[in-house]
Amino acid sequence: MSSTEQNGPSVVAIGSRGVLADKVVNYGPVVLVAGLVVGVWYLMHYVIMGERRRFIIPPPHRVIDESFFNSTARSELFEGFVNTGRVAILGFFIAAILAFVGAVVMALSRIAERALFPWAVMLQTIPVIALVPLFRVWFGPTVKTRVITCVLVAIFPIVTNFLFGLKSVDRGQLDLFRLHQANWWTRLWKLQLPSALPAIFTGLRIGAGLCVIGALVADFFFTRGDLGLGRLINNYAQELQYERLFGGVILASLLGVALYALIGWIANRVLRDWHETEGNAA
Amino acid sequence: MSNHIAHTATSQQARGDTRLSFNNVQMVYPDGTNALEDISFDVAAGEFVTVVGPSGCGKSTLLKIASGLLDHTGGDVAIDRDSIGYVFQDATLLPFRTVQRNVELIAELHGMPKAERRPLAAEAIELVNLKGHEKKYPKQLSGGMRMRCSLARSLVMKPEVFLFDEPFGALDEISRERLNAEVLSLFKQENFAALFITHSVAEAVFLSTRVLVMSAHPGRIIDDIDIPFDFPREHDLRYTPEFGEIAARVSHGLLEAHA
Repeated sequence: MSSTEQNGPSVVAIGSRGVLADKVVNYGPVVLVAGLVVGVWYLMHYVIMGERRRFIIPPPHRVIDESFFNSTARSELFEGFVNTGRVAILGFFIAAILAFVGAVVMALSRIAERALFPWAVMLQTIPVIALVPLFRVWFGPTVKTRVITCVLVAIFPIVTNFLFGLKSVDRGQLDLFRLHQANWWTRLWKLQLPSALPAIFTGLRIGAGLCVIGALVADFFFTRGDLGLGRLINNYAQELQYERLFGGVILASLLGVALYALIGWIANRVLRDWHETEGNAA
Repeated sequence: MSNHIAHTATSQQARGDTRLSFNNVQMVYPDGTNALEDISFDVAAGEFVTVVGPSGCGKSTLLKIASGLLDHTGGDVAIDRDSIGYVFQDATLLPFRTVQRNVELIAELHGMPKAERRPLAAEAIELVNLKGHEKKYPKQLSGGMRMRCSLARSLVMKPEVFLFDEPFGALDEISRERLNAEVLSLFKQENFAALFITHSVAEAVFLSTRVLVMSAHPGRIIDDIDIPFDFPREHDLRYTPEFGEIAARVSHGLLEAHA
């Protein structure tokens, strides 16, 4: 039709800025803040902390040197990273699958929702951390126990976001499906699931972060079994090896950020064509 | 006024090929609200009946009952439920489907295989002037284009009855007039029966072969006006004295309805 009715894709071609200039605008602020943080870190160590206490904030270059260029520390930290990462990822997948099944069942049946949702809420309100020692007694310091911890910590926000997505389908679209006598499966498959995708990815993103926390918490409680990052961090703190302690913290953060970013990337791939908020991100 | 209604109601029936028939329809909501009282009218193929009325008079209820989305509490409704095109207040497009796949949706829900619905959808897209936009997603379309897409979606199954629930209320004046013209050309081309809900007097008179004015609490038909203008109707019909006269009558009916 005529050009007055065209609203085109949100094309962002502001002036004739070059690729390099774009990069500076997009990534500049983040790099700047990172530089500031490192600067303050050095400042803390060399200026603000007194001579006798500055060892509790080792400067960044010593952290990297001690954690990642020392072969003992490096292999220890790497082992912990792999073990904790494996638990977090395994827990994440199991939590996501359980949450998905639960949310679909609750979205389809009001009775199921009434029966199941209070339990999900209860999971959220009881401090799962308090149960970890009990799980250790029941199942031993195994990968299984750690994964269970992960799942229990992470599942609630995933379920609620999934369920919210499945249930907040546009009223008119539901009427349309009803008008044309679509059955529950068609409604679920062609309307509710795709409509819920943005909320599903939100749930997965939150869940991924929580799974890393769950895995670390399990580590803290386990002095036996696989060596995890949480236990290493604990050990280094007790041995006053603050450089390596920081190294462990950095790796743990990296794990969380990596999972979060991976899901964000997938979400963007899936949603960018049609979802209002996706596709324009830097 | 009331004997006038009775007259036209019977004369409409005489025209034959009735596609939608309301007979003393009554709607009382569970909370006791009397939404519709004693509504009777027919819509035949080639008739374009518009219902105007103040907000809350039960116009939308009327349409929901016609479509079967809502059950009425009294009287009879006759319509072929399998041959309804329903155009909603919003375009209700699925945001995750392209224009092409949105237009195919209803045919898909009725189990039509892909090879069959593809060409039908292409035809409907061409009819509403959306050719070239097939691969776009709803977020890339303007309000007017979304409404066109919604029209095309309903056209695919070539329904015998079209129900319009204030479809152009959210559009600007120009888009609305343009879509009015397009709806009329589709109407002449496909010869469906149309029941159209609006609160715009000009839209009602321009589109219709017959206008019903409703009052609220309870929703009743208080005036029934035949619109004599021939088709095709040109844009400037809106500025003729005859059009003004009829619009004035509808408008006075609405004032009465509000009183």
